[in-house]
Amino acid sequence: MLLPLGSFGVITLVSFLGLTRDGSWSPRYSGYLTIAAIFVAFALSLWALDGAIDADGARVGFDGHKWVVVGELDVHIGITLDGLSAIMLVVVTSVSLLVQVYSQEYMRGDGGYNRYYAFMSLFTASMLGLVLASNIVQLFVFWELVGLCSYLLIGFWFYKDSARRAATKAFLVTRVGDLGFLIAILIIFSETGKLGIGDIHEAAIAGAVGSTALTLFALGLFAGAAGKSAQFPLHVWLPDAMEGPTPVSALIHAATMVAAGVYLVARFFPVFAESDEAITTVAAIGAITAIIASLLGIMATDIKRVMAYSTISQLGYMMMGLGVFGIVAAIFHLFTHAFFKALLFLGAGSVNHATGTFDMRRMGGLAKYMPVTFWTVFIASMALVGLPPLAGFWSKDEILSDAWDDRPWVFVVALIGVFLTAVYVGRMLFLTFGGEYKGGEESEHGEPGVHSEPHESPTLMLVPLVVLAVMAAVAGLVNIDDGLKTLIEGWLPRESEELVTHGGFQWWIALSSTAAGLAGLGVAWLVYGARVVESDRVRHIAEPLPEILENKYYLDWLYEEFFVRGLVLGGAAWLLSLWDRYVIDGAVNGVGTVARWSADQARLVQAGQAQLYASVMLIGVVGAIAGILIIDPK
Amino acid sequence: MEDINRFGPELALLIAAGLIVVGDVTLPMRGGTRRVASVALGLAGLAVSALWSLVLIVADERGNAFDGLMVVDDFSLFFNFLFVGIAAVIILASVDLLEKSRFRAEYVALVLTSTVGMMLMASTVDLIAIFAALELQAISFYVLVAFLKDGRSSEAALKYLLLGAVSTALTLYGMAYLFGLSGSTNLNDIAAFVAGADSGTRPALVLAAVFLAAGLGFKMAVVPFQMWVPDVYQGAPTPVTAYLSVASKAAGFAVVMRVFVVALGHGLISSDWSNMFAAIAAISMTLGNVAALAQSDIKRMLGYSSIAQAGTFLIGLAAVAANDPQLLLGTSSVVFFLGTYAFTNLGAFIAIIAISNKIGSDQIGDYAGVARRSPWLAAGLTACLLSLTGIPPLAGFWGKFWVFNAAVRADLVWLALIGVLNSVISAYYYVGVVLKMYTQEPANDEAFQPSPYLGLAMTAAVVGLVAVGLYPAPLLDASESAAAVLG
Repeated sequence: MLLPLGSFGVITLVSFLGLTRDGSWSPRYSGYLTIAAIFVAFALSLWALDGAIDADGARVGFDGHKWVVVGELDVHIGITLDGLSAIMLVVVTSVSLLVQVYSQEYMRGDGGYNRYYAFMSLFTASMLGLVLASNIVQLFVFWELVGLCSYLLIGFWFYKDSARRAATKAFLVTRVGDLGFLIAILIIFSETGKLGIGDIHEAAIAGAVGSTALTLFALGLFAGAAGKSAQFPLHVWLPDAMEGPTPVSALIHAATMVAAGVYLVARFFPVFAESDEAITTVAAIGAITAIIASLLGIMATDIKRVMAYSTISQLGYMMMGLGVFGIVAAIFHLFTHAFFKALLFLGAGSVNHATGTFDMRRMGGLAKYMPVTFWTVFIASMALVGLPPLAGFWSKDEILSDAWDDRPWVFVVALIGVFLTAVYVGRMLFLTFGGEYKGGEESEHGEPGVHSEPHESPTLMLVPLVVLAVMAAVAGLVNIDDGLKTLIEGWLPRESEELVTHGGFQWWIALSSTAAGLAGLGVAWLVYGARVVESDRVRHIAEPLPEILENKYYLDWLYEEFFVRGLVLGGAAWLLSLWDRYVIDGAVNGVGTVARWSADQARLVQAGQAQLYASVMLIGVVGAIAGILIIDPK
Repeated sequence: MEDINRFGPELALLIAAGLIVVGDVTLPMRGGTRRVASVALGLAGLAVSALWSLVLIVADERGNAFDGLMVVDDFSLFFNFLFVGIAAVIILASVDLLEKSRFRAEYVALVLTSTVGMMLMASTVDLIAIFAALELQAISFYVLVAFLKDGRSSEAALKYLLLGAVSTALTLYGMAYLFGLSGSTNLNDIAAFVAGADSGTRPALVLAAVFLAAGLGFKMAVVPFQMWVPDVYQGAPTPVTAYLSVASKAAGFAVVMRVFVVALGHGLISSDWSNMFAAIAAISMTLGNVAALAQSDIKRMLGYSSIAQAGTFLIGLAAVAANDPQLLLGTSSVVFFLGTYAFTNLGAFIAIIAISNKIGSDQIGDYAGVARRSPWLAAGLTACLLSLTGIPPLAGFWGKFWVFNAAVRADLVWLALIGVLNSVISAYYYVGVVLKMYTQEPANDEAFQPSPYLGLAMTAAVVGLVAVGLYPAPLLDASESAAAVLG
C-alpha cells in the first residue's frame, strides 16, 4: 500500500526536473513525464481501490512512521487507505490524468509550459497526500500545499493584472478558513492530546471531549472546509479563480481542491455526527450556498463563471448531504460531479479555443461548428441538471431522499436548487450553442478577429472530452446496487455508521426532481431559446434582485472595501496618522527651540525622538506596575 | 581547571577576537588578505567554540563554574550552539560589507565579543554576572550599529546607545530591588526567597519584575520598549540588523527565561508577570503587524514584523503558569521558536542583503520581478517569508503551533486566538513581498547572482528551516531538555 506514496514521490521529482532543466529539456517532455507519472498513480489508485473493496471499505492496516515524538506530542506519519480515500484517489488521479492530456494541446506554445506541468504535478501530489494523510497535522500540511499550488496556478498568467488579483484573493480568503482549521487542531490537541485521525474519532465517540469543545472543533474544521470548498460566505474567491488556464479550473475547481473541503468533513464525519450544532451548520451553510450560487449562475455572462457558480452550488449540495448524515450520498455526488464538471470546464476551454472568448454573448450557434464539444457538453449539462439516467441524477436523487429522511426543509431547498440549476444550465446551452454565431472576440477595430469561423478542437483535446462524457453518463450506475455504500461506510466506527442516513430510492422524489429540472430547462428555453419572453422583462419584474446579483450580494465590496481597505488598512493608516500628528509633531514642536538651535546634526539625530522613545518606555513601566497593582491588588 | 573548561566555548571566542585585532595591527598584510584572514580566524574561533560545547556535552561536563556565577546546562548549551551558528552566518553575510571598510578586524572581533556576551547571558545565574554579560553584548552592538559611519548609521547608533542606557538603568534598578529583598544575587537563592515570601513583599517584587521586564524588553524589542527598532534596523548595516533581530532578541529571551522562570517562577508573583507578558504579547503582536502593513521599506517592515514575532514568543512565556508540566511546555515552546525564528529571519535578511545590494534599494516596490532576475534568491526569500507567516511544512509553522498550543494548555485561549488572527494579518504583508517578486514586471531583465558568501549563508538558513519543518523532532527534543533545566 506504500506505492501511491511512491508515485507521489515520482511526481514531486518531476516537478524539479521540469523546473530545472529548462535548456536541453524540451518542454513537451515535462508533459509526457507528468502524464506518465499520473498514469502510474492512477493505476496504483485502482489497485488501492481494489484492495479497499476487498476489505469492504475498512481501513487497510498501515502503521505510521514516527515523525515527531516529544513528550505528549506524538505525530506519526502514516497512510489512511480505506474506502473513502480510495475513491478520492481514483477521482483525483483519473481527472488529473485526463486534464494533463488535454493540456498538452491547450497549453502548446505557452512560455510557461514547464512551470505549468511542474505546478500541476505538485498540485496533484499534494492532493493525494491530503487524501492519504493519517493524522490531522499531516493533513494540514498537504492542505496548505494544495492551497499554495492553487495560488500559483490561478496566478499562472501573472502578467495579467486580474490573474494576480484573483490569486491573491484565493490565497487570502482560503487562509481565513485555514485559520479555523488551525484553531480546530489546537482545540482537539489540547483536549485529547491526540492528533491521529482515528484517535480523534475514537475520542469523539467515546465522549472524551467536552461537547462545547467538540462543537468548536467541528466548526473550526468546517471553516477550513468552507474556505477550500468555497462555501458561503467564503465562496467569493472561486469565480475569480477562473483567471487561471482553463485546464487548471477543471482540475482545481472540479475534482480536487474544492473537493478537499468535502473530503475533510466526510473524513471527520464521526466527529460531526456527535455534534448536533455542527452538523446543522453544515446543512444550513450547504443549503444557503447552493441557492445563492445558482442564482448568481443565472446572471453570469462568462461561461467559466457560470461553471464556477455551478461548482459552488454543487458543493453546497454535497455539504447538505453531509449535513443530513448522508455521507454516502455526498461522496457519491462528489464522485459523479468530478466527471461532469471537469467535462464542462474542458468543454468551455474547447469553446474558448475556437472563439477566443469566454463571453457567452459573443458565442451562439456553436453546435453546428463543434459537434463533439456540443454533444459532450450537452451530456454533462444534463447530468448536472440531474436528468435520468445520467450520473448526476443518481447522486442528486440520493441526497434528496436522504434530506427528506432527515430534515425535510433541506429537501425543499434542494429541490428549489434543482430548478435553479436547470435554469442556468439551459441558459448556458442556449446562449453558447443555440441561435446564430455572434463572432467571437472582436478585435480592436470592431471587425471579427481571427476566429471568424469557429472550428472543432484538435483530437488530443477531444479524447478527454469523450472519455469524460462516457463517465458522466454511466458513473451513476456504480451505486445502483448500493455498491458504494459499503465502500464509503466501511471505515466508519460502528457508532457513527449507525447514524448514516439511507433514504433509499423513492419514485416520487425521483419524479419531482426530474420535473423540477425539466421545468427549469423549460423556463430557460422560453427566455433564451425560443425567446418567447424577453429577458429584459423578466429582469424588470424581478427588481431589485438582478442588481443585487450583479454585485454578488455586495460581498466583494464588504470584504475588500470594508474589511481590508476600511478596517485593516484604514485602521493602520489612522493609527499612524495619529502617531504622526500627536506624538511626532508634538515632540517636534515641544523641542522646537532645541531643534532649531542645533541645526544640521540635530536634525539627523532627532534628539527629540530619542527622548520621546525613552519616555514611552518609562510610561510603559509605570503603566505595567499600575496595571498589576491597581487592577489586581489581591 | 574545571571552571576554565566550562568557560571554554566563551574563552575560545575571546582568544580568537584578541588574535584577530592584534594580528591585524602587527602582521604585514595586504587589504584583501587581511579581510580573508579576519573572517577565517573568526569562523575558526566559532568552530572551536562549537566543538568545545560538543565536548562538554559528550563528556557530560554540566555543572556550575566560578562559584556559581555561571552554569553549563542543557539550556546554556542550546544557546551556545544557537549563537555560534548565528554569528557564523552573520560573518559570512558581512564579507561584502567588509570589502568597503578599513575596520575589518574590528568588525569580526566585535561580532565575536557580542557572541560571548550573549552566550554568557544564557549561562550566567547571578545578577551581577548577568549584568556584565548584558553590557558586554550591548556595547559590542552599539559599535556594530555605527559601523557604516554615515549619517543614518550614526544616528541609529546614537539612538540605540541612549535608549540602551535607559534600559540598562531599568534592568539594574530591578536587580537592585531583588537583591535588596532577598539579600542575594544568586538566582537560586532569590528563587528560594520568592517561594517563601509573604504577600507583604508582593508590591516590591512586582516593581522588581516590571523593571527587569522593561530593561530586558528593550533587548527583546516588545511594546512599549520597541521604539528604537525601526530606526535602528533601517540605519544599521543590514548584516548587523539581521544579527540584532535574531541574536540580541534571543539573548534577551534567554535572560528573561532564566530570571523569571527560575527566580520568580514559583511563588506569589508568577501569575502577575504571566499576565503582564500576556498583555505585552497581545499588544506587541497587534501593533507590530499593523505597523508592518504600512511599511514600504523592507528593512523597516521586517523590523516591525520582528516586534510582532517577539510578541508571539511572549505568548509562550505568558503560558508559563505555576504548575510544572505547563511550565515546561511554555518555556520549551519559546526555546524551540527562537531556534526556528533564528534560521528564518537570518535567511530573510541575507536574501534582502543580496537583493538590495544588486538593485540598490530597500524599497519593497523595487523588488518587482526579482524572481525573474534571480530565481534562487527569490525562492530563498519566499521560503523564509512563508516560514515567518507560519505556513507548513516550514519551520515557522511548528514554532507558532507549539507556542499557541502552550497557550491553549495554560487556559490562555484568548491569547492564542489573538496570535492566530495576527498570523493572518502578517500573511498579508509577507505574501505581498512574494507577490511583488513573482508577479510583477522587473524594471530591467538583467540577471544577478548573490556573492558566494551570501549564497552559502542563505542556503544554510533555508536548508535549516526546511529541514526543521520536515523533521522537527531533534530540535524539539533539544528545546525540551533545555527547558527542563529551568523547571
